[in-house]
Amino acid sequence: MTSFLQIRDLHITFAAENGGLQVLQGLNFSLNTNDFVCILGPSGSGKSTLLRVIAGLIQPSRGVVEFVSPADREVKVGYVFQQANLMPWRTVLENITLPLELQHIPLENARHSAMELVDLVGLNGFENNWVAELSGGMAQRVAIARALIQKPDLLLLDEPFGALDALTREQMGSELLRVWQVRRTTVLMVTHSISEALLLSDRVLVLSARPAQLVADLTIPFPRPRLDTLRYTPQFGEMSRQLKSKILP
Amino acid sequence: MIKSKKYLKKQKLNSSGFVILSIGFALLVWFLVTRWGDLPAFILPSPMQVFNRFWISIFDGSLLRHSSYTLLEVALGLTIGSILATLTGYLLAKSPALERLISPYLVASQAIPVVAIAPLLVIWFGPGLFSKVLIAALIVFFPVLVNTVVGVRAVSKDYYDLMRSLRASRWQVLKYLEIPAALPVFFGGLRVGATLSVIGAVVGEFVGADRGLGFLINVGRGQYDTALVFVAIFALVLLALILYGLVILLERRFLAWQHSPQKDTLVEILE
Repeated sequence: MTSFLQIRDLHITFAAENGGLQVLQGLNFSLNTNDFVCILGPSGSGKSTLLRVIAGLIQPSRGVVEFVSPADREVKVGYVFQQANLMPWRTVLENITLPLELQHIPLENARHSAMELVDLVGLNGFENNWVAELSGGMAQRVAIARALIQKPDLLLLDEPFGALDALTREQMGSELLRVWQVRRTTVLMVTHSISEALLLSDRVLVLSARPAQLVADLTIPFPRPRLDTLRYTPQFGEMSRQLKSKILP
Repeated sequence: MIKSKKYLKKQKLNSSGFVILSIGFALLVWFLVTRWGDLPAFILPSPMQVFNRFWISIFDGSLLRHSSYTLLEVALGLTIGSILATLTGYLLAKSPALERLISPYLVASQAIPVVAIAPLLVIWFGPGLFSKVLIAALIVFFPVLVNTVVGVRAVSKDYYDLMRSLRASRWQVLKYLEIPAALPVFFGGLRVGATLSVIGAVVGEFVGADRGLGFLINVGRGQYDTALVFVAIFALVLLALILYGLVILLERRFLAWQHSPQKDTLVEILE
């Protein structure tokens, strides 16, 4: 296991009228290549902010975010937001090809890669639909395909299923697992669901309330491939209880 | 989807049939008023008199000549006005400081009716083509500008985050995000601008011109040839409708993704 991303002494303070809002206070952790890691924490604890810093959308106030890239090139990051954030003026296929178009990759090649992903996320037959015609779950599948098309070194998922109903959410969790097994990459996912975190990840990081610090770093021992029935086992229940006490002490 | 084309076609037929019916009714009322009101032709000519005048002005070539001149003014004014407005609007949308600096002047300029400054522009730039194009461009400028600002400002911050996470350049953000996202609102401004540009050109021609449909109206009035005034007015209406229809066609072309475009009757007739 090689360390892929290192976060050292990360602080984020937002400038505000009354002295500034401290969101992250001295985070330290590293991610291994091809690990699936979930971040849990109370609402407003700065989990999304952490992803935004890693994606380079915000500059850290103090500390370092460092990618240890094996190849001598810029690290590619795929980002899936809570809202699917698809462009309504593009079709499903065109939404998925967008990242490649921005990299000036010929449209023919981009379409070819996009069709593979359409297949992978199970949207066959919808590739030429407008996104307004999709359900919430389908839209999020497109968003995942779009994030995967540039073969990212790191996939950031910011509560990707937060806007979906409970049943669709469970289904999307297993779908994500299946997709990840085909397209292995390092994943960092923010979630509010303990069972989702346990079912999907190799490791769970727990953040405290704001200003956020790391309060727990747990390895999830369940062997893969994991089945959906895992959630009904006693070990699963025990780990859920343990995690919950960490989040809301 | 399953609602077949047949059903849609039937609806369309009904509504255009309705429009023809309503025009027919208006013509009938007009005819009856001239018939029973015993009005002299220079107050209100009958539909037949207007129709006769229309044929005369078609055959002597005057209608086409004046219409095409007005069309030229309108087309140039609309094009120049909306291009300048789009560029300015984009800059204002991206720079709040610039907006604070310029917007008082823009709003003040809108408080002055174009009719009031048209004579000034004709004095300065002469009675030729240029002053009319300028007036038309001025009147088109504001609605297109406002809609460009609103359209660009309304682009969701989430999309900007997406584009930044994909390392898009400034130019790519413009091309892939801002232009397509602002287009629906922009077209709303262009629709208004298209009809206003006709008004602008006619106002300019009223003030001072020797050609154009506005000029033709003035001539008709001076000679008590009221039928000619009517002919020119109908030509103007047709001109405005054609322009509006062109904007709608552009909208259809570029906004195909908007699943339920507001279907107004006007759109259906123009189709």
